[in-house]
Amino acid sequence: MNNTWAVYKRELRSFFFSPLAYVLYVLFLIVCGVFFNMYFSYYIQWSKEYIQMMSMRQGMANQMPNYTELVLLGLTNVMTFVLLFIIPMMSMRLLAEEKKLGTLELMMTYPIKDIELLMGKYLASLTVYAVMLIITLAYPAISSIFVEQTYWPALLASYFGVFLVGAAFLAFGLFASSLTDSQIVAGLISFAVLLVMWMIGFVDEIQPGFIGNLCNEISVFSHFEDFSKGVIDTGHVAYYVLFSTFFLFFTLRVLESNRWRG
Amino acid sequence: MITVENIRKTFSRVTAVEDVSFTVNEGEILGFLGPNGAGKTTTMRIITGYTPPTSGTAIVDGRNVKDEPLAVRQVIGYLPENTPLYLDMDVTGFLSFAAQIKGIPSDKRGAAIREALEETGTMEVAHRTIGKLSKGYRQRVGLAQALIGNPKVLILDEPTVGLDPNQIREIRELIKNMAGRRTVILSTHILPEVSMICDRVLIINKGHVVASDAVGELSRRMSKTRRLRVTVKAPSEEVNPALDDIQGIQRIEAMLLGGSDKLCQVNIDTDPDKELRPEIANRLVGKGWPLYEIRSLEPTLEDVFVDIVAGDKGGEVK
Repeated sequence: MNNTWAVYKRELRSFFFSPLAYVLYVLFLIVCGVFFNMYFSYYIQWSKEYIQMMSMRQGMANQMPNYTELVLLGLTNVMTFVLLFIIPMMSMRLLAEEKKLGTLELMMTYPIKDIELLMGKYLASLTVYAVMLIITLAYPAISSIFVEQTYWPALLASYFGVFLVGAAFLAFGLFASSLTDSQIVAGLISFAVLLVMWMIGFVDEIQPGFIGNLCNEISVFSHFEDFSKGVIDTGHVAYYVLFSTFFLFFTLRVLESNRWRG
Repeated sequence: MITVENIRKTFSRVTAVEDVSFTVNEGEILGFLGPNGAGKTTTMRIITGYTPPTSGTAIVDGRNVKDEPLAVRQVIGYLPENTPLYLDMDVTGFLSFAAQIKGIPSDKRGAAIREALEETGTMEVAHRTIGKLSKGYRQRVGLAQALIGNPKVLILDEPTVGLDPNQIREIRELIKNMAGRRTVILSTHILPEVSMICDRVLIINKGHVVASDAVGELSRRMSKTRRLRVTVKAPSEEVNPALDDIQGIQRIEAMLLGGSDKLCQVNIDTDPDKELRPEIANRLVGKGWPLYEIRSLEPTLEDVFVDIVAGDKGGEVK
């Protein structure tokens, strides 16, 4: 526990003493900001049309737009897609850099268990990621001053889903980072695989039935759909937790195999 | 303190260590000699528990490395080859991290760090970023992290490689001062280094121990001859007759150097226990030839290998 804490602190320092964390934060905030702005303008447009229709007494044809659903939950949906690009950049250095520098050899000859090292690193990257998500809460927080329709429980449920998606991505990124001593290769592996994970979510549109369903169950993104409606389903939570555990376990195995493979 | 028995390590196709056995007593400094790729690093990694051996056992401080890896790592301070360090940390921060992982309680950490900083002479860079330090200082920080927690055993993989002569001397001094207090294994491919620092030498070649001796013993063994280098301004064909009646000279080889001043370089092999330099100098000067240089050449690792490995063609230990 003590050792995990030491690695955790070291890893966090390393994130925040290098420009990496800040660059990723800025990137994420810009992309999310652009989408937020886009959804917000769309919402305003729709609201104007709605008011116009109402005044012409033709309101039945058009529904009143729901701010939380259209803008905020829409934003969380986009976030999961942006994470596809951001998380590989966040996770690629975790082990690959230490392998390249040779410090992994140092760590593996210190009196620390592999799992303590791994958890320290994973939890640190999870913290960096969580902080990034929390910063984006500024958008709904600020907009809630002007718009009365912010439904926080649904939004937070959706944020919880985004957090789980990112946690799963990070676990996979850490695994990719354990496979190579090149950060670029690690980043590309995790990006490519996560991209495939995203794409197989569309298989059931082409090939409905058993295969389509199976792909849907595997896809990291299809399990987010309920979250994006503000619903927390334990089944989906279990999926993400299992996904993360699975790849953390694999990473542990790779670390062990590094010992005998030299 | 350290016992290694019949260690063998094969990677998928390559055999790095064939069959290595040795013991190191408490307080002893053992020099690990061998050409690159001889298996030095692999053997050290096995002792530290970084790599498990394919077969054989390593016992450190009475514990088997395989069965109690964490306990063994607790008593070992290790400096890997090329001194890997976290370049983005400052020296104190890094040592404090190492101290924490090595299980030093927080109230004793400050003292432990100070001790390591003082012993390695890194006090003045304590708050600088490691990545901005010179190679010599990095090497010392590497030593400092190995020393933290006062380990009984120190394993240093080429601690002086890539340093300037001054730094090399300082690092050697530092290691030498540990004699008696710590058990040290140190690898190098510089022979004089071993005779300066170590009590005992182990020569490894192609995964085998080819020689294991006290330092004095080894130099006696390798010096069947002593080579002198003389530079003199003289006609090269006249040098040989002028010297060859001196008792103890085995072979004279004179060679004209290029250049306008017509200097002649002479290599002389003499009996190892004889000091013939004064007499040779006398003869040459007596002839009226200006003498530019006369010195005894240190035997290089290559010489030792030619000597020791020559009778070891199949790689078998005899």
